[in-house]
Amino acid sequence: MHELSIAMSIVDLAQEEVDRRSGAKIKAVHLRLGLLSGVVKDALLFSYEMACADTCLEGSRLVVEEVPVIVFCRDCDAQRPVHSTQMFCCSHCGTPTGEVVQGKELMVVGLEVEE
Amino acid sequence: MSPKTRMIEVRENILKQNDIAARALRQRFQDAEVFVVSMVSSPGAGKTALLEKILTVLRTQFRVAALVGDLATENDAVRLARSHAPVKQIITGTVCHLEAAMVEKALEEWKLNQLDFLFIENVGNLVCPSSYDLGEDLRLVLMSVSEGEDKPLKYPTIFNSADVALITKMDLAAAVEFDSVTANGNIQTVRPGMAVFEVSAKSDSGMEEFLTFLQSRRTVRATATTRE
Repeated sequence: MHELSIAMSIVDLAQEEVDRRSGAKIKAVHLRLGLLSGVVKDALLFSYEMACADTCLEGSRLVVEEVPVIVFCRDCDAQRPVHSTQMFCCSHCGTPTGEVVQGKELMVVGLEVEE
Repeated sequence: MSPKTRMIEVRENILKQNDIAARALRQRFQDAEVFVVSMVSSPGAGKTALLEKILTVLRTQFRVAALVGDLATENDAVRLARSHAPVKQIITGTVCHLEAAMVEKALEEWKLNQLDFLFIENVGNLVCPSSYDLGEDLRLVLMSVSEGEDKPLKYPTIFNSADVALITKMDLAAAVEFDSVTANGNIQTVRPGMAVFEVSAKSDSGMEEFLTFLQSRRTVRATATTRE
């Protein structure tokens, strides 16, 4: 359970942006969360509220976009999704592949601020 | 009417502080020509026993040292000190994983260019360590024969963050009716192509092959660095 420390990093990161933008009021933080990031969405949402307490982000929302795992299949010479994180093979031809091209994201992509 | 909102685009990696620290460590390791191997597993999979064996054997030919992470106690460092290699404990308190900054701090007084191998034993945890790069050259994930052949399926993320898998406590394989084919099959489904070694730190089975592999990976890294 390291979601609380991740949530606190999100708050720090947003706080830096607020400072840079002379105190804009943040309504929501938008996040891209890969299924292989090692972070659980529900635990993160729960921790976020606690991490925001007594900061300029208190009352803001965390909007999480879950990013599916995409692998590169050499046989198809194409990027393909996997059926599940228990089965790393091409969803098209079934060839096993460990070349992950997407799914490890843990990234703040946007801040919704009040005008 | 509620005030209008607008969207500001940012692209910031949440773990950027850790990634920056890990990148700096990797560069330091490379400059000092020390090959760094980290170990992750569930608690009790045999990281410390394996590391004690690795340090004892490699120490006869190489300059080796280790950092060990735990929530509390210096027991592991005391155990590993029996190998006579330099060992330092990192006590994380309540933190369930090692972060690059903790490794950096632990190495403050160490002269890295006087080492050939540095081992970093992470806190026993198959979840959180997967998100944190420590600047290592090679990450080992361990599972012991008594944990169940489906461990890789239950924790695909950590297997995906590692380079090599070790199946430990092979001396107990028969007693716990360990199914090697199924376990290896499961590792390959979550991480196709992953190198796997079946070892026992107690009986030494598989250890020679694994240690030869570690040495060859160090040589490969050294050659690649020289060419750059």
